[in-house]
Amino acid sequence: MTGRKASPLFLERRSYRFRRMMDAVRLLPLLVLAFWMVPLLWPVQDAGDVAAVSMSHAVRYIFGVWLGAIALAFFLWRRTARQIVQEAKS
Amino acid sequence: MVSLNQLIAVCLLYVVGLFIVAFAAERAAIRGRGDWLLRSPLVYTLSLSIYCTGWTFYGAVGYAARSGLEYVTIYLGPSLVMIGWWWLLRRLVRIGRSHRVTSVADLISSRYGKSNLLAILVTVMAVIGVTPYIALQLQSVTLSLSIFAAPAGVANGVLDGRAEPINTAQAAFWIAIGLALFTVLFGTRNLNVNERHHGVVIAIAVEAVVKLLALIAVGVFVVWGLAGGVTEAMTRIDQSAIGTWQVDGGRWAALTFLAAAAFVCLPRMFQVMVVENDEERHLQTASWAFPLYLMMMSLFVVPIAVVGLDLLPAGSNPDLFVLSLPLSQGHNTLAMFAFLGGFSSATSMVIVATLALSTMVSNHIVMPIWLALGQTSVQQSGDVRHVVILSRRVSILFIISLGYFYYRASGGSGALAAIGTISFGGVAQFLPVLLGGIFWRGATRMGALWGLGIGFGLWVFTMLLPSFGPDAVLSAATLEQGLFGIGWLRPQALFGVGGLDPTVHAVVWSLSLNTLAFILVSLFSFPSPVERLQGAQFVNIFDHSSPARGWTASVAASEDLMIMAQRILGAAEAQAFFRAQAQLQEKSEGLPEPTPAFVQALERELAASVGAATAHAMVSQLVGGASVSVQDLLAVADESAQMLEYSSQLEVKSRELSDTAEKLRRANDKLTQLSHQKDSFLSQVSHELRTPMTSIRSFSEILRDAEALSPQEKTRYASIIHSETIRLTRLLDDLLDLSVLENGEVTLNQQRGSLRDVLDLAVTTGQAANIREIKIDRDRDSEDVALETDLDRLSQVFINLITNAQKYCVSDAPCLAVRVHASGSTVAVDFIDNGAGIDADARDLIFEKFTRVAGQGGEGAGLGLAICREIITRLRGEISYLPDSPGTGFRVTLPTPQPGKLQELNRFAASA
Repeated sequence: MTGRKASPLFLERRSYRFRRMMDAVRLLPLLVLAFWMVPLLWPVQDAGDVAAVSMSHAVRYIFGVWLGAIALAFFLWRRTARQIVQEAKS
Repeated sequence: MVSLNQLIAVCLLYVVGLFIVAFAAERAAIRGRGDWLLRSPLVYTLSLSIYCTGWTFYGAVGYAARSGLEYVTIYLGPSLVMIGWWWLLRRLVRIGRSHRVTSVADLISSRYGKSNLLAILVTVMAVIGVTPYIALQLQSVTLSLSIFAAPAGVANGVLDGRAEPINTAQAAFWIAIGLALFTVLFGTRNLNVNERHHGVVIAIAVEAVVKLLALIAVGVFVVWGLAGGVTEAMTRIDQSAIGTWQVDGGRWAALTFLAAAAFVCLPRMFQVMVVENDEERHLQTASWAFPLYLMMMSLFVVPIAVVGLDLLPAGSNPDLFVLSLPLSQGHNTLAMFAFLGGFSSATSMVIVATLALSTMVSNHIVMPIWLALGQTSVQQSGDVRHVVILSRRVSILFIISLGYFYYRASGGSGALAAIGTISFGGVAQFLPVLLGGIFWRGATRMGALWGLGIGFGLWVFTMLLPSFGPDAVLSAATLEQGLFGIGWLRPQALFGVGGLDPTVHAVVWSLSLNTLAFILVSLFSFPSPVERLQGAQFVNIFDHSSPARGWTASVAASEDLMIMAQRILGAAEAQAFFRAQAQLQEKSEGLPEPTPAFVQALERELAASVGAATAHAMVSQLVGGASVSVQDLLAVADESAQMLEYSSQLEVKSRELSDTAEKLRRANDKLTQLSHQKDSFLSQVSHELRTPMTSIRSFSEILRDAEALSPQEKTRYASIIHSETIRLTRLLDDLLDLSVLENGEVTLNQQRGSLRDVLDLAVTTGQAANIREIKIDRDRDSEDVALETDLDRLSQVFINLITNAQKYCVSDAPCLAVRVHASGSTVAVDFIDNGAGIDADARDLIFEKFTRVAGQGGEGAGLGLAICREIITRLRGEISYLPDSPGTGFRVTLPTPQPGKLQELNRFAASA
């Protein structure tokens, strides 16, 4: 028994979609962080026989992840911006 | 070759252009025009770009030339923070807006009980941390100037220091003067920090575009002009000295984290991101737009570094590749454009950083001192605003001159990137206190002081002082053997943990011990009431839209408050504010009552001009003494707890009420149904009584009135009357019997006997009634079942079933089969005749009172089976119609005696 304002347990499709989009907004930085920390696993030059990762490859990887992150953030912005403003007002 | 004078002329033109743009923006804002641009998310995003300073513009290339891809971490951190705006920045912006925060020091002091000590500490830390950064900008501009001024031979940036081509001291001085002028002009126009500095913001936005375009232009020139395309550039990159991945993992992670922390904590970033934020929704636009900007800023860094290393002579300063590459190829216009880009990066950073720091210095150091010097002066008349503005202007000059002197003292040495990292490490010390303040209600002022103090001390010891080199501040002996010769106090190997990269070492130790001290002291100290109030409001910023009350005493007269407000806000603004507040209190004229809510609102209004701590101190001078007591806090908590409690009680009550209503409704339904039953019962009984009564009356009338009746006729009529009275009597007996049974008033006469005896009796009695001959088919062996029940009542039921079969079996040779099935604790007795059976739709009704199956003759009242059912129920058995039997079949199920069941039945009978 709680006296708190209870939100409904199940939501209609539109608000459900919005909630999931907001989940994605929250999780995106963690995903991007994970990708950007992948270089920690790369062998460095003096690691022995393993060939070091070439610079062009590293540049492509880092900037590829960057571009992907920007695209995803842009997509989420398009999907959620209007509703976030509405929720802030209500 | 561009002459230095040409360059200076272009540069001055550019600056004049910026001044004009800033002026135009200010004018447009005053007239209320141009909001579509001034308040657009685009300008917000571009203003964030002051993150990219001269360090970024020139230093990133040098950084890349020295250590490969490591430079990119400086951009990855902020990109992550921006993409994760929902977690942190949204909160910061909301807090900044609702608490009228003026700076990062104001936020921290406001959160920890409006503590001035904390504000001073943060301000001092910020000034010390950012001064090298400002010096760095001056250095980058003079360095880039000198490369243009150098004779052609050394134009490649080989500056050996033997002959300075220009007077760097003078150049830096004039640049500093220009920047100070711009900041004073546009940064101190309005006192209220929360009102945007439109001129500054728009100038920064323009500079952001210029520096991005400049860097991209150089990048495009390098990749397509010098390297010959993307593929060739990539090949060249792989063949160069930095052609392989060589970043140390620890540095990669630590620098990314450091950049992210600094992005949030840097005073200038806080200024543009939180204080100058116009709308929260701009933050989400920036969440993709700003990473995009950063990515474009860093995209061409590696190609420029690689081509620079390739083409320029060894020993060239890689920090200046952006300029020296176009110059060496004879592209003077491009070089000039690049210079303007670098100039933009440096100046915009200095302007905003100075603005932010001067607000902090003026609000948290100058104003408190001024207040302390003139204790009673708050209540005197006269405008204080000029004092505040003057102190802010002086602070601007002070900070820029501090940067200048640092630059002169350090002699412009050191790689740009290293100085930047040190600065980052300093401001990152705010992070634990900042995060703790907005996510953890348990964070206390003492914890914050300890955390900041320890973190700052460690940063100075492990990062700042060693950066001056051995024997500059720390002796070489200290560096080698530790402070006072104690081995585990070595600045770059604290606690004997050596072998770490110095940056990683400093960041890890200072931040972890900072956090540890902050948490531990917070856990064991107790916050003051104001702290707890502020803590609750900061942490629950999205729940508390309205602030809890702060001031309780109403000692302050509204006149005093009015005088003070006029002096800070200005007469017109103060009067408008007081009028609005009076209207809120529904007073048509005069000053508002000094209610807690009003004083709180006034304090917040003042805080926007002079910072929370100062505003608090000023108001408390008038209101007097403690603003909040523990009792008030508890009262606030109590009120909301009571409300909660009350609402939950109401909820329970309403649920109970609806339950009761439901029960009542059901009871009502039942009563209505019973009433209908009673009505139909009465009408049926009347009907049943009426038929024999009618014939009795008519035959008795005949006997009375008819003159000539033969004795036979008399006998016949009398016997009709007699049989009708018998029928009446039987009907009444049955009714009485049923009523007794239904009301549970029957006493059961518990006996022990055999089922066979009961059946014998019933068959004999039934056949004695002699209604009609029926063959009874029994299986006497199976009937040997012991019973312990009211045998008389049971035989009554059996008799009824047998006579029913006699009456209603339509077969030519009527036969009734009696079958007994004993199983476990029950025995079932089936009575099945070979008649036509009962229609399916009539089966449900045969056990109801006055039910007679249609079209089957007979003269019963329809009570027999109802009585049977009542009796069997009393005997704890069951009677049912057997739907699958060949004819009409009834099954009587009875419990067989179990040890100890006797009393139970009695009790059941008694309670029933």
